[in-house]
Amino acid sequence: MELRAKVGFNSVASLGVTILVLLGLALGPDTDALRNAAVGAVWLAALFSGVLAFNRSFQVELESGALEPLLQYPGPRWTLLAGKLLGNLIFLTLMVGILVIVGVVLFGVRIPADWPSLLGVLALGIVGLVVMGTFYASMASRSRAREVLLPLLLFPMLVPVLLAATAASKALLGADLMHEAGAWIQLLAAYDLVFLIATFLAFEHVIEA
Amino acid sequence: MWLGVAGFGAVIAAQAYAILTSPAERDMGHLQKIMYVHVPAAWMTFLAFFVVLVFSVRYLWRRNENDDLLAAAAAEVGATFNGLTLLLGMIWGRPAWGVWWVWDARLTSTLVLFLIFVGYLALRALVDDADQRARWSAAVGAIGAINVPIVYMSVTWWRTLHQPPSSAATLDPAYTLGLRLNAIALLVLMIYFIKKRYDIARLERSVEHMAEAAAMRGT
Repeated sequence: MELRAKVGFNSVASLGVTILVLLGLALGPDTDALRNAAVGAVWLAALFSGVLAFNRSFQVELESGALEPLLQYPGPRWTLLAGKLLGNLIFLTLMVGILVIVGVVLFGVRIPADWPSLLGVLALGIVGLVVMGTFYASMASRSRAREVLLPLLLFPMLVPVLLAATAASKALLGADLMHEAGAWIQLLAAYDLVFLIATFLAFEHVIEA
Repeated sequence: MWLGVAGFGAVIAAQAYAILTSPAERDMGHLQKIMYVHVPAAWMTFLAFFVVLVFSVRYLWRRNENDDLLAAAAAEVGATFNGLTLLLGMIWGRPAWGVWWVWDARLTSTLVLFLIFVGYLALRALVDDADQRARWSAAVGAIGAINVPIVYMSVTWWRTLHQPPSSAATLDPAYTLGLRLNAIALLVLMIYFIKKRYDIARLERSVEHMAEAAAMRGT
């Protein structure tokens, strides 16, 4: 399982980097335009390649038919979700880390003094992405047309995360003259909490075969 | 059937009243009259989504199939009204603002709402097992509905933190009665649409049940 996860990670991370490069090509070559586009580009690359990671996280059980036996074990269903969440969290954190480094280099981002806050925004954004992505993938991965259904369900729901993460990041990369980063960070945290609870509650209804 | 007659009749009457009695607006002229369909359609969209939320939660709680069918009917009708709201907004916007689209807070949020509705309907189309479809739609519908105020809030902040909010035009009393009449008329029409869609869904479902029963008996 570990090894398969590594193989999966390499290809998904490569896709993320490829998307970043394509975005650089499509939006550049003016360096100022690229610097302004950096935050959006990194998050979009994370979203598009994240979708693959989420579907894959349920694929292992699907292929080996292990989901039904797992469901027959006594014990609360949410432990299944917790496991998937943790796995996806590690996967996405590593991937977004790579995307941020590549993005900083390719798009000419200047690291601000307050980069710990920027890491906080990234962390909260990743949590939102993983919570929603894992939940919707638990259904989409078991449906027809899973490649299109997961993004179709997930992306509109992630609009607050995308807006908050990009707005807060841009503010922190600049001077944050209007101190808006704090408000966006609160929104992100609230979003993460609300949907962590909501998806945990809903999970037992959707995981049954 | 009488509900349908009443609904369509009410809309015709309310539209005629509003169009004939409201004066030309100072800046927009008669273009303003689109508001009499556009605004009630927006209100109906929210109402429909609220119905989706209520019956999705109810389905998860009671597992009564009819709750799922009603939620789905409301989602279809709501998505239609949502599309109408967006289309009319764009038609109004072209002469008023000079462009077909602006990333204004309300228009953008309503577009995201439309995409959430579309995702719900796509899920229903792609899941064949009725029980699984019902459970998944209910979860997606409920969680989607929870996100609606958060989406509106975040898009509004996105638009306003960098520029002063555009003043919400307070409505001249000359227009409010026409607006309210149209809202009520459109509400009657929407109830009619949802009920018709729900009845069709019930019929479809009972056909499926009969087919399953026949298959069980081996006939």
